[in-house]
Amino acid sequence: MTVLSHYSALALARRALFGTSWARAWRKPEPRKTYDVVIVGGGGHGLATAYYLASRHGISNVAVLERGYLGSGNVGRNTTLVRSNYQMPGNTEFFEHSLQLWEGLSHELNFNVMLSQRGQLVLAHGPVQLDVLARKGNTMRLNGIGCELFDRSDVQRFLPFLDYSTHCRFPIYGGLFQPRAGTVRHDAVAWGYARAADRLGVDIIENCEVSGFLRDGDAVSGVETNRGRIQAGRTLISVAGHSSHVARLAGLRLPIESHLLQAFVTEPVKPFLDCVVSFGAELFYISQSDKGGMVFGGHIDGFNSYTQRGQFPKASTVAECAVALIPGMSRLRLLRHWAGIQDMTPDGSPFMGRTPIKNLYLNGGWCYQGFKATPAAGWCMAHTLAHGEEHPLIRHLAIDRFERGNGSDEYGLGLWTYKQ
Amino acid sequence: MTLGTTRLSIGGRINRERALAFRFEGRSLSAYQGDTLASALLANDVHLIGRSFKYHRPRGFMSSGVEEPNALLTLGSGARRTPNVPATTAELYEGLICERQNAWPSVEFDLMSITGRLASVFEAGFYYKTFMGPRRGSWMFYERFIRRAAGLGSATHLADPDRYDTRHAFTDVLIIGSGPAGLAAARAAGRSGCRVTLLEQDFLLGGSLLTASTESPDEDLRRSLEADVASLPNVEILRRTTAIGVYDGLTVVWVERRESARPDPAKGEAREILVTCRARAIVHAEGALERPLIFGNNDLPGILLASAVRTYLNRYALRLGKHILIATNNDSAWATGIDLAATGARVTLADERPTANASLLESARRAGIEVRMATQLGQARGTRAVRGAWLRTEGAAAQWLACDLIAMSGGWSPTVHLTSHTGVRPVYDNIIGAMVPGPWPAGVSGAGAVAGAREDLLAHGHKVGSGAARSVGASGDAGDPIPGSPWTMGWAQPVQNRAKARSKAFVDFQNDVTTNDVVLAYEEGYESLEHLKRYTTLGMGTDQGKTSNLAAAQLMAELRGSDLGASGATTYRPPYTPVSVGALAGRSIGAHFRPTRRTPLHDWHVANGATMIEAGPWLRPWFYAWAGGEAATAYLAEMKLVRGGVGISDTSSLGKIDVQGPDAAEFLDRIYVNHFASLPVGKARYGVMLNDDGIVLDDGTTSRFSEFCYFLTTTTAQAGEVMSRLEFLLQTAWTDLRVQVLSVTDRWAGMSVAGPLSRRALTLALPGIDLSNEALPHMGVSEHVSDGMPVRVLRLSFSGELAYEIYVPADRGTAMWEMILKRASPLGIKPYGLEALASLRIEKGHVAGLELDHRNTLADLGLAKMASQKKAFVGRELKERAELTAPERWSLVGLECLDTTARLRGGAILFAKEDPIRGHGRGYITSVMYSTVLKKSIALALYRGGLTHRGEEIVCASPLRGEQVRARIVSPMFIDASGERLHG
Amino acid sequence: MLRIPCPHCGLRDYTEFLYAGDATKQRPAHGSSEWRAWYEHVFLFDNPKGAHLEYWQHVQGCRQWLVLERDTSTNAVGRAWLARQGARS
Repeated sequence: MTVLSHYSALALARRALFGTSWARAWRKPEPRKTYDVVIVGGGGHGLATAYYLASRHGISNVAVLERGYLGSGNVGRNTTLVRSNYQMPGNTEFFEHSLQLWEGLSHELNFNVMLSQRGQLVLAHGPVQLDVLARKGNTMRLNGIGCELFDRSDVQRFLPFLDYSTHCRFPIYGGLFQPRAGTVRHDAVAWGYARAADRLGVDIIENCEVSGFLRDGDAVSGVETNRGRIQAGRTLISVAGHSSHVARLAGLRLPIESHLLQAFVTEPVKPFLDCVVSFGAELFYISQSDKGGMVFGGHIDGFNSYTQRGQFPKASTVAECAVALIPGMSRLRLLRHWAGIQDMTPDGSPFMGRTPIKNLYLNGGWCYQGFKATPAAGWCMAHTLAHGEEHPLIRHLAIDRFERGNGSDEYGLGLWTYKQ
Repeated sequence: MTLGTTRLSIGGRINRERALAFRFEGRSLSAYQGDTLASALLANDVHLIGRSFKYHRPRGFMSSGVEEPNALLTLGSGARRTPNVPATTAELYEGLICERQNAWPSVEFDLMSITGRLASVFEAGFYYKTFMGPRRGSWMFYERFIRRAAGLGSATHLADPDRYDTRHAFTDVLIIGSGPAGLAAARAAGRSGCRVTLLEQDFLLGGSLLTASTESPDEDLRRSLEADVASLPNVEILRRTTAIGVYDGLTVVWVERRESARPDPAKGEAREILVTCRARAIVHAEGALERPLIFGNNDLPGILLASAVRTYLNRYALRLGKHILIATNNDSAWATGIDLAATGARVTLADERPTANASLLESARRAGIEVRMATQLGQARGTRAVRGAWLRTEGAAAQWLACDLIAMSGGWSPTVHLTSHTGVRPVYDNIIGAMVPGPWPAGVSGAGAVAGAREDLLAHGHKVGSGAARSVGASGDAGDPIPGSPWTMGWAQPVQNRAKARSKAFVDFQNDVTTNDVVLAYEEGYESLEHLKRYTTLGMGTDQGKTSNLAAAQLMAELRGSDLGASGATTYRPPYTPVSVGALAGRSIGAHFRPTRRTPLHDWHVANGATMIEAGPWLRPWFYAWAGGEAATAYLAEMKLVRGGVGISDTSSLGKIDVQGPDAAEFLDRIYVNHFASLPVGKARYGVMLNDDGIVLDDGTTSRFSEFCYFLTTTTAQAGEVMSRLEFLLQTAWTDLRVQVLSVTDRWAGMSVAGPLSRRALTLALPGIDLSNEALPHMGVSEHVSDGMPVRVLRLSFSGELAYEIYVPADRGTAMWEMILKRASPLGIKPYGLEALASLRIEKGHVAGLELDHRNTLADLGLAKMASQKKAFVGRELKERAELTAPERWSLVGLECLDTTARLRGGAILFAKEDPIRGHGRGYITSVMYSTVLKKSIALALYRGGLTHRGEEIVCASPLRGEQVRARIVSPMFIDASGERLHG
Repeated sequence: MLRIPCPHCGLRDYTEFLYAGDATKQRPAHGSSEWRAWYEHVFLFDNPKGAHLEYWQHVQGCRQWLVLERDTSTNAVGRAWLARQGARS
């Protein structure tokens, strides 16, 4: 019997009428002995890297090894925001490239990732903060990224239900709006990339945990796994919160501490908030999913942990922010909160590229930015793996940048991983 | 047949003496005290309670408790409108207002139910496969309709008029749940003598005991248990209280609900109270939840869980049907049938098992129940209510049975939600066919059904309760378990294959996930339970899969041909039941969102025309009314006063640290890049400290009042961090240094008296103090006692003018401030605010605020010469890293605007004259002001190559404002570069 | 709620404390010009999944810096002692 493998409204109708089956989204292959590239980590970044390796560089003899189920890490635990409002040289271009890839992704993958560009408004609560946003906005404009600076009355017209009362603790002064920012259905990103990479011949191997790296002199030549030894021309570590853990298997120490970032969602309600809003008084961001839940998050818990469950006081902190920002949030009810393990680096920016060990590559240290970076991270890492040299967009993210002193501290928070 | 509810004239746990009126979609209805909203609506024959999320199928009540997936209503109105409240958990109160939701135009006639007709298109995950065309952004078109169709109830944007409180609690043994095991555990632990807290989400104690008839011996048992526990003074019983989460450190968070008592916020009464409790031992006694059976159209109104049917009968005196089918795979539902039959209903019982034990069969026979063993419910039929079902008995043709109520039981699942919050993964118990909690961590135990107990729940609860008490050191005698009939669970046998139903058989009722959807997910490769959940949305509803997760897991395990134990459990996340965001926030909202730090002079400022502004946690005077009505102009008048006469400003928010001890000088030499050991007593010095990475951390002046005693100041923003850092170095790295540091920020009120007339002003104000250049030169400090008040005078200047900082004890701050203003009034002294303070320093080229952005080096700020070459200091080595010493770094410059009609703007991006205006430019403007001295707009900026470009003309681009302004790079020290004013 | 046994103040919520990372990293002696040692001290972390000795300051209590034993894979807390006594006790 034929199966449907291309997704479309027509295919849905065919299935409804004739009961035709859908093809599996991706195969469940046994690992082969040797690949050109082995990617450790079946999250968004690893899968995107595999997809672009196969689709843009003709390298499809690729395996993606995932310890648990595909997409079990941060790609399915985040607050789904995408944006490109960055000001540091290098960051602006990288995240804009990412947003442009997001804009074509559903078509590219033939999988609806539901990019919803309803915009993001970052609020300022004082004149100095508005100057900081002005710098960011001017930089964006000068790099071809649309945005607008709002004063208080603009904000009030745009979102009349924020707290403009006289007893507001941190009155709203203005904001910076990026219309192309928005949200993406996060799980769909992992599935969409996996399905598209699989179609191009990439082997996606779930329940395959890497326990060590194979060495050939001063180079890495593959991995040792619970499903046997796998040889690889080049090996990429792309494991989000476990970068330190996996890199140590290869003898590398990284400028990374693993912290917990929590996410929160309320019960679904009818349309309540149309865009993404970021509070300026504290780190807090909120949007409404297509299903209707209010999705929000804040700062990391503040100490390193691999437990994937957060501390309760953070739930109160973000709830306070929610009500301080939108008083009507008070009667909505929190449905779930959960945590992801997040690599924190001294400057809040990631590491991408070659490592000191030959043929071993790293993509990690994403702090708060991993999800929105997914397409560009995959794009740039695929280029880097294919050419053995960093893509121009990620040259500022080298793993040894602190030795040279050129950190990329987007938020100006200083040295501390646990404050970034 | 139609549904018909009979409120029985006797029995139940309702108060027939107290009728309560409530409004349902504008209709006035009445029920009794003791009713939930669900029983009240059922008593008024309201059965169609909502439409399902996706297919808009008619839905009725399925349960009588927190697991309810269907009966979500919107309660209240106006600012108190609250969507998605399960009617089964809402205690009825006089005047309650409610309505149904998620249907258009109405629940009775919902046009959206067309989606149900098109169900084969709207299968699980359909939206991943379509809505992509014709263009790239087309999703945004479809999304508008989908967003409107999604969501359950609608919420209000109005501020919540109700009050929420938070509380902290401590107890020895915390028991979650007051069913038979929980009550027995509380009784045993209480008798042992320790502090016990018993939580019950319901407004009555008893849990599953409440399903029994008030005429049965079980009621006597419940009453005596409750009386025993209530008689113990060391046992705290909290009703209407839900444990929402269990966290590390034996911490349990619960919510106490007061809504049914109609709290009055004006009287300080809270709607909900959030409590964080640290227990020494936790006893889980959450019991078990009954599972629905999976069969075609199992979501029709009139199909309820068997335990719910029994609860409505025995607790609320409601018989929900006359011709009743009990469909079960276990013993527990038989009691429902027997109780119903006793009211005269016609009861047919279909049990999937080939046989049941003889005593059950005998009781059923005596009750007049028609029992059909080895019989499965194949499919129910009905349009807006159930009217019958096809039964399939092994070896026989399917038979139609007309009925108006189906009570189903698919067995029981221990309520392992809270038990798994701290990472204890549930494990599959083959014998009872359900997930049970994994190994208990230290300090945690489980009593009764939640632990999968096979034995008498009362005895089990007693044993666990006394064990928990012993574990916290209680030595009293727990006594014997309460006597009474054994109370055991009717655990089910594992169920059989139910895949591929012909009509929709729901697994997750709220999110409309059918068995076909599970099969589809399997076929497409979404086999892992987490993939299944995320692909089909199963278990993601407001009920968090309380009735669906296990059935789905079983179904998937069958499809995969694997053992359920191997595929594991899904992860349950807090909260156990949804909790108001308002309760989580408590009182930390509005003005109390965060603490406000006020200086000792705050009240004076407010009373004397200051407009205050937030500066981090502080409120500081921004500008004063004497100078104008808005900051943009007032600061000019205030600056003019300081440049030409004398002004006074409040600097109390600066961080202030006493550094004392024989090694204080050595310590300061280590933390500052410049020398402090050489600072003479009676002098102050400006210092800069770096982080270990060589980046500037903070700056400020430090004064030496005696050989071993220094007074260090930090910026307002960094005060806390610097203090912690100093303590860190002394307590970890340099434990040999004999130094103590103490934050004295709040001890001193600080004020700066600045301007060419400042010496004269202070001489008038403090006539006993010699302020002559000889006695107190620039950077000189002195201590005095004036009018019995200790006074510190520091001749420091932030503004570039002759200036003094005066410090007095915080409680004398206002007195000193007023005295200076009064005595120096002949000189025209007036207060000036933060905007003028910040602008004065810009004119003088002092870095602060956005220049100190945690990215720059000493050299970037023009301070490279300060670093000692003769001593070590924190950050010395790493500041030498290659990129930090590169020549083309963004460094501090001054800018003068060249266009007289234009203004420089904060955040403008800087370009050389010849540059194309795009990209990141060569720097940006950090601080701007209008200089009353230079009569032009000036700025501080960071610019690539810094002052090596002095004199060059550049372009300041602010595309956000559509502006490009020309400016010249100049020294950041705009005025008085030689420092004559300071030494005046 | 992570709870920390402060040797001065008893068992307290972690929210009263400030976390400051791995306590076993050896800070170079003051004045050391071993550039590499400073770099590794400041920027590299073992970041183990398991037993961890870490600095916490009781900022809302006695303000003492402590060394705490904690397992980062379970959050199980062990002993705590004053940092003055050294990272290993």
